[in-house]
This record gives sequence, structure tokens and C-alpha cells, in this order.
Amino acid sequence: MSDKVKFTIDGVEIDATPGQTIMQAADEAGIYIPRLCAHKDLLPFGSCRVCTVMVNDRPQAACTQPVSQGMNVESETEELRQIRVNLVEMLFVEGNHYCPFCEKSGNCELQALGYRLGMLAPKYPYMFNKHDVDASHPDIYIDHNRCILCARCVRSSKELDGKNVFQFVGRGIHKKVAFNSDTDLAATNVSVSDKAIENCPVGAILKKRTGYAVPIGKRKYDSQPIGSDIEARKTAAK
Amino acid sequence: MAENFEIAIREICKRNADDHTRMMDIVREVQQLFGQVSGSAMDIIADAVNSHRVEVESVVSFYSFLSEKPKGKFVIRLCNDVIDKMQGVDKVAKAFQEELGINFGESTPDGKFTLEWTPCIGMCDQAPAALVNDKMMTRLSSDSAREIVQSLKENGNENRLIHMLGDGNNANPLVNSMVSNNIREKGPVIFANLEAGKAIHKALSMSAVEVIRDVKTARLRGRGGAGFPTGMKWEFTRGAEGDEKVVICNADEGEPGTFKDRTILTERPDLMFEGMTIAGYAIGARTGVLYLRGEYAYLRPFLEKILADRRNAKLLGMSILGKTGFDFDIRIQMGAGAYICGEETALISSCEGLRGDPKNRPPFPAQKGYLTLPTSVNNVETFCCVAQILDKGAGWFAEMGSTGSTGTKLLSISGDCTRPGVYELPFGITVAEMLVKAGAEDAYAVQMGGPSGQLIGEADFHRKICYDDVATGGAVMIFNKDRNPLEIALEFMEFFCEESCGYCTPCRAGNELIKERLEVILKGEGTPDDLTYLEQLGKTVAVSSRCGLGQTSPNPVLTSLKNFRGEYEKLVKENKDGMQRTFDIHKALATGEELQGRKSVIYAE
Repeated sequence: MSDKVKFTIDGVEIDATPGQTIMQAADEAGIYIPRLCAHKDLLPFGSCRVCTVMVNDRPQAACTQPVSQGMNVESETEELRQIRVNLVEMLFVEGNHYCPFCEKSGNCELQALGYRLGMLAPKYPYMFNKHDVDASHPDIYIDHNRCILCARCVRSSKELDGKNVFQFVGRGIHKKVAFNSDTDLAATNVSVSDKAIENCPVGAILKKRTGYAVPIGKRKYDSQPIGSDIEARKTAAK
Repeated sequence: MAENFEIAIREICKRNADDHTRMMDIVREVQQLFGQVSGSAMDIIADAVNSHRVEVESVVSFYSFLSEKPKGKFVIRLCNDVIDKMQGVDKVAKAFQEELGINFGESTPDGKFTLEWTPCIGMCDQAPAALVNDKMMTRLSSDSAREIVQSLKENGNENRLIHMLGDGNNANPLVNSMVSNNIREKGPVIFANLEAGKAIHKALSMSAVEVIRDVKTARLRGRGGAGFPTGMKWEFTRGAEGDEKVVICNADEGEPGTFKDRTILTERPDLMFEGMTIAGYAIGARTGVLYLRGEYAYLRPFLEKILADRRNAKLLGMSILGKTGFDFDIRIQMGAGAYICGEETALISSCEGLRGDPKNRPPFPAQKGYLTLPTSVNNVETFCCVAQILDKGAGWFAEMGSTGSTGTKLLSISGDCTRPGVYELPFGITVAEMLVKAGAEDAYAVQMGGPSGQLIGEADFHRKICYDDVATGGAVMIFNKDRNPLEIALEFMEFFCEESCGYCTPCRAGNELIKERLEVILKGEGTPDDLTYLEQLGKTVAVSSRCGLGQTSPNPVLTSLKNFRGEYEKLVKENKDGMQRTFDIHKALATGEELQGRKSVIYAE
């Protein structure tokens, strides 16, 4: 029996390791599947749904679905591109995202994915939901307006920092990230060096006094689209 | 005082073995005792069960029967689902408001009363209905609403509210409820008698594999709506790695319009427990859990008594019916007001003391379920079928119904009909035949399977009720010509927005957007483009959502668009001037005009 799992993504044959998710196998093969909540150091979560692919004609999240022998995965179809744009637009109108003056601009995965997917102004109406900010911590600033509820902070704090600083409260559209304290973030044992702070994909968790250390124009996604690092693996292999 | 507070909470935790997986029981008890789960209570609980405050807060903030802010001694929860509205809940609501002097979502200043809306509480056949703490109040009028408040003010005891008892076991002192069963048609499976223990006895004379084989031969499929073959689910669970297995009975029926399990829990609990015990034998489980929706708490003492009786009769516990090595018992896990917990993996999360978030699949519950143990979650009605199959034979069962859908189905019928209630009908009956039975020959639209099902019109009334045609978990809501399908769809979208767990983007945000556009159309501000917009938005939510709730939540809009498109087209208008209909220039200019002290010349009225 072969120790590799063979399957295809958009017709490209992939040799995957048993137990891998579709996303992990695709990443290794240099095929980028758009994602927001997924992070290489964290357990799969499956909340943003941007990595939705068709597996033998059934929709699945590439970040949580394990590979299996002979599966036929479709990713870059017009139908899925549209669904991904729709999901990214939903995140934009659900929160209050002000890219032009956000410190994260250029390093923001949501913004970068919007560009990559060719999103223009959202076709959905802005919800203008009211969200809190928390500037209590001397080194960390939290702006729930820009949160996309990906749980990277929740998971990083548990899985990587060995703490339990963040968790979700509420449900539906009222769901939000809360802190493990009776008052504010300053009252928790969070530290600015926590992975939970670093792994936020958007401008919801910011390190104070570092916003413009790298000028706009010289940031991660200013010169190349999000996913280019993954796709470079394919080019390198050729 | 503060000391007593801490002692009381620590005692509650201790009674639950200081076990964080029993969080639901802990916070429910704290809520009951103090009318809230305050921040300081969360700190104490977190300390006692070795968890974190924010984890406790996460649970408390998820369930609608739990709250961080104080609730009144009497919490009145009035059901506002579409059927209750059709039956005049507005008048009842007004009476409650006037009598209490507060609005919905508020508490009286003396802390005695809290008034709230709640989605379907399983009483559509006797609407309008409300919960007063755990007491179910049905067939309300503005007069009875006033009497309820008066009685609570005078007697200070919700038990004194019950004057008339319902039929059957509703009159049992342990139930003591005014609920009527409304069983309109009894069939040969659910409502046929079966002596307690008879089916278990038969099962124990066979091997576990033979029991599963019988369930497969009967071609039994899950009665909750999804229709997964029960025998196959059991086989997977039995074959999964792990010595310990779990059987869970899903009694969290919360789909608006569903109240079939209410009658089973009231009149056929032995049959249900019998089926659960057989499942325990078949998959090799020692643990059974009945997940009972919080709204049905009034049935709990009665169900506990049945469980105790069954233990005394050796139908539960160690060496059941003398069979060495077959040990199985059942505990009741109460829910706390969250529709999503009817989804099997969310239900498991809830049983584990967590928010009712669904889990990622794979692994499936059959592989890794409750506390990572292989788990089979089945519907109340499914377990009843199992007991009858074991007693009367797989062949007997498979002969009823249609090829792909054997046996009978319980339907809970409500709305515009003369005979609302519970019907046990063979699969394969047509929608039209069902409507005649229910006294709804003039039906215009029928919601089959609740909001997550489909809204069908006359053109589909010839179709058969079965898994392969018009599938249903049991809810049937009937609407006559006076009802507007768009308004019905909006009601259901509000329900899904309220009940979405918020985990994934499409269900959390997408459903809000669907609701917004329906409102625009209903206001007469929609354009023909909005219909395509809704279809595409609905498709995105259906395709990309993480669990069954989101995957089916656009159905009210998608199926009404398909089957009642004319109703939408009547309301939308071509946008001739190209201006956004939802944008009111005069309203937008009003503040500026006021500051300027003059009117716009360009946009004069």
C-alpha cells in the first residue's frame, strides 16, 4: 500500500500525506486556496468559509477536510470565486473596515484577499454595527470594528501561548471576542509578545506605537498578492 | 451575604462534581437560584471547576435562558413565532405589557417580573403560548394574560397558575400541565402499545450485530429530518475505536412548528427509553443521555420518575434483565434555549458544557462524539421506531410506508386548519391527503419541515411526504390565502438570525443580509434585480455554511421565490430614475437644512 494519498485539485495531481487537510496538501504543492481563519501554526477552525472548495461536487472547507484517495477537488471555478468574493464582502459590511487609515493596511489579510479576488465596492449594504474598542493595555489596542471573528487570537492564546485570554461571547451577529477579566484587556495576563497578538489577520489587535514602523507602500501585500509565497513553491519546484 | 453567595455556588459546583463538562447544569442551577449568573458567580464557578471566567461567560452568553444581568423572579416568555402571531399574540403581548407596565426585554423595578419574547416553544397547536418560568401556559387571550399577572402578584407562586389540566399524562401530578396532547391520529408504530421491557428482552436474545441487522432490514431512517439510515449510524458507532460508547437522544425539537416529540415525551417515554436501551446494547454503550430542550423542563420530573421506575424494573442499570455485562443508564441533560443545539454536534458541545457551537466534521460523532467517545445521536421518534421494530419485526415495519421511507411519520400540524395537532401517518401519503385530514382544504401555502424545509403551493400538493420527495422532520405549518409568503419568509429569517451561533461568516452575516433585502421588498422599495440578488446570496449561504442550520436557512426565501414568485413580482418595481430606492434625499438633507435654516433649492419637495 502506498503511503501517499493521490487526488486532484483543478485537474492537477497531488501526492499528499495521509492525515493532511486539503489545504495543507495544496500549500505543499504550491496551490493557493484563499483563506482567512486558517493559520499554519493553529488547528483547523473552519469559520470564515473562504476556503470552500467542491469535493466530488460537495462543498467542503479545505482547511478542515482531510485528503482521501482519488478525491476530485475544484477550487478555481467561477462559482467558487463568486462565493469567496461574497464571503469577503460579508466580512467587510458586517464590521467597520476603514482601510485607508487603518494601521494594518498593506499587511491586512482581509484587504489583501479583497484585492486578490477582484472585489470592488461591496454589493451588500453596510450594517454599521456598533463595536467597542479597548485601549486599556499599555502595549495593545483592540478594535472590535475590524474583527472578523476568525478566532486566531482565541486559538493562539490557548494553543500557542498556553493562556486563555480570549474567548467568544454572544451568538449570531452579536457574537464577539471577550477577554478573561471582569473589566478590560489590561486586567488579563496578555502580553504584547503573545502569538495571539501577532496572529491577528486584520487590524483588530494592534501593537501600540508600531503602526507605521514600515511605511505604506513597503508592506507585505503592497508588492505581491496574498498567497504568492505559497504559489512560489510551485514555481521553485519547476 | 457575599459569603453565603459563594458557599451556595460552590455547593452547586460540588453537586456537579466540580466538573467543567457539567457546566450547563451548574449555570442553570445558579440562574434558577439567583435569577442571573453574575460576573462574580462566573469567577467562583471558574475557580471551582478549574476553568476560566471567560469560558463561563461564553456559555452563559450563548443560551437565551441564561443571563449575566438579573432577571425577575417570574420570567414570562411569550412565544412570537408565525403561528402565534396568526393566533393573535399581539393582543396577549399588549395585555402583559399593560398589566406589568414594562416592555419586552425589560424587568419590573421591584425585580419581580421579566417579560421576553421567545421563538417556538412547541405549542403551535395551542397558540398563543408562553412560559412562566418552567410552567407552560397555552391558548392565551388578553384576559388570561391579565389573570396570570394578577395571580402571580397575589400568590407569588407560578404553580398556582394551573387551574385546568391537559389530557393524558399532562394531568399526572409530576407533569401538572395545562398542555393538551392533541393527538389526532394514532398509527401502528409510535402510538401502539408496547409493554415496557418486551423489546429489550427480544433484543437481548439476539447478538448486538443481529439487532443492528434488524434495524437495517427495516430500512429505518432518522426521524429528525436528515433521514440518515439508523442502522448504518449504529454500525459506524459500534465499529469505531474506543471501549466506551455513548447513546444520545435528541429531544431538542426547536424547529418552529414542531411539537411531535412533546407528545412522545408525554405519552410514550417508555417506548423512547426502550429504544435508547436497545441502541446501548447494539452499539456497546454504557452511557445514555436524553438532551431535553429547556422549554420542556415541565416534563423533567415525570421523565426522571419513568427512569427511576425502569431502574427498579431492571430495565436500566447493571446487568439489564439479568444479562451479565450489559450495563446501561440514562441521564437527562437540560438545554437552555438554543435552537442550534438540535444540530447533533452542537448538541454534543452543549452536553460537554460548552457553547452550542457545531463541531467540524470529520470526525463524525460516530467516530469521536461526546467527550471524544464514539456517539450515536438519534431522534426521539427514531428510538420509538427501534423498539417497535425489535418487538414486531423488521418485515412488519418495512411493509409500511414507501420503499425509500419505511414506517410511519409523526407530523405536527398547525396554522390555518380546523384540526391542528399530532398525526401519525404512513410515509407516502400526499400533501393533499394530509391537508384533508387536518381540515385545511383551502390551504394556499404549506411550510413542510419547518423554516429549514420548503414553502410549497398548490402545484406541489400532489407530492408524497417521504425522504425522496417532500421530506420533513415533522413540522407542517398551513397558511391560507390571507397570508403573505414574503412575510412568512421574513418571520423565518428573523428566527435564523436570532438562532445562528455566529461561528461561520455566511450564516452569521449572510442571513442578516437576506433579512434586510426581504424587508426592503416588503416595504415596496425593491427592484426586480433584488430577486436575483436574493437567489445568489441565498446560494452562497446554503453552499458555504458550516452546518445544517446555515445550509438550510435561506430555504424560506429560496423556496418562496421558486413557488410564489408572483408574490415577489407584485411588490418589486423597475427603478426608472436610477436612484437608490432605499435612499431618501430629503431625509439625508434634513439635518443640513435645519442647520442652514433654509431648504434645498435643488431637492425642493
